[in-house]
Amino acid sequence: METHTGLVAMHMSDGIVNAPTSLLFGLVAVLGLAVCVARARRDLDDRTAPMAGLVAAFVFAVQMLNFPVLPGVSGHLLGGALCAILVGPYVGALCVSIVLLLQALLFADGGLSALGTNITNMALLGTFVGYGVAVAMRRIATRSRGGLVVTAFVAAWVNTVVASLGFVVQYAIGGEGLALGTVFGLMTGFHALIGIGEGLITALTVGAVAAVRPDLVYLTRTAAPSLQIKTPGVRSS
Amino acid sequence: MKKLPLAFYAGFLVVALLLAGVVSYAASGSPDGLDAVTQTGCELDESGEPVGGQCIARNAGEHATGGSPLADYAVGGSEGTTGVAGVIGVLLTLLVAGGLFRVLRRRSRDEAPTQVE
Repeated sequence: METHTGLVAMHMSDGIVNAPTSLLFGLVAVLGLAVCVARARRDLDDRTAPMAGLVAAFVFAVQMLNFPVLPGVSGHLLGGALCAILVGPYVGALCVSIVLLLQALLFADGGLSALGTNITNMALLGTFVGYGVAVAMRRIATRSRGGLVVTAFVAAWVNTVVASLGFVVQYAIGGEGLALGTVFGLMTGFHALIGIGEGLITALTVGAVAAVRPDLVYLTRTAAPSLQIKTPGVRSS
Repeated sequence: MKKLPLAFYAGFLVVALLLAGVVSYAASGSPDGLDAVTQTGCELDESGEPVGGQCIARNAGEHATGGSPLADYAVGGSEGTTGVAGVIGVLLTLLVAGGLFRVLRRRSRDEAPTQVE
């Protein structure tokens, strides 16, 4: 049997946590994604559906780009906050999930039995907590493009660290091999650094989209007070 | 019918293709944060497989789709094909995600059957 170098493997493999834990988070992922599918519909129309497909493709591409954070340690985009800001949290969680699914099925990246844990951490936790941060900062985000860029950076940093905490919880429930405190310290430490890269990529991407097509940025498009009748794409030329 | 921002879509796709097809060759080969943690405590061989010591990665199984033609972001296991695998991945993701979102989307203007763009 050919052994794989795993040089570009990026997500949890099979067996990193035990079977009951994998099953538990598989269930969490299925339930979470069911809610996302149901709620995504209202955020998808003729203009945003192609955009969401492209955002997923973009996240696949950028996840390949591991950047160094420490000697012998790299990081890569997770993409939750990026997706949530551009296409909304429900559609965004589906974008990240589709990327993770294809990576596991076709690219041998992330175990099949670890899909539940990986989706829970990166697609659900990362996306929704990142979106929560972005919404909390919406007054800053809607003030200027600079404000939006700063919001994107902070939301993305938090999404990275929270996703790494998701792993620590799963490891605490059903993992073994290293002291829990060490896992916590290393995971959060590494991801506090990786989050800076995630923040920069997210800020750059959201800033670029906002410069060209501000009507395609979900966060600021949906910031209008609910009294106002929302007309999709009113700011388009 | 409002015009779709086709030029923007095209530009976005080109950026994604360039990142996956070209920039991916410059990506760091070091283990990512998660792998660095799971490998902590183990001695690794040249291919990064744990051969001694005690670490989380020792529990990892062989990947079920390790024999896939695109496994490890290479086409048929050939070296130097990362970019090709990346481009295929971007297009497949666009196809799957775009297809799903197209099915899920709200139809505009009272489900008008004559949607010609």
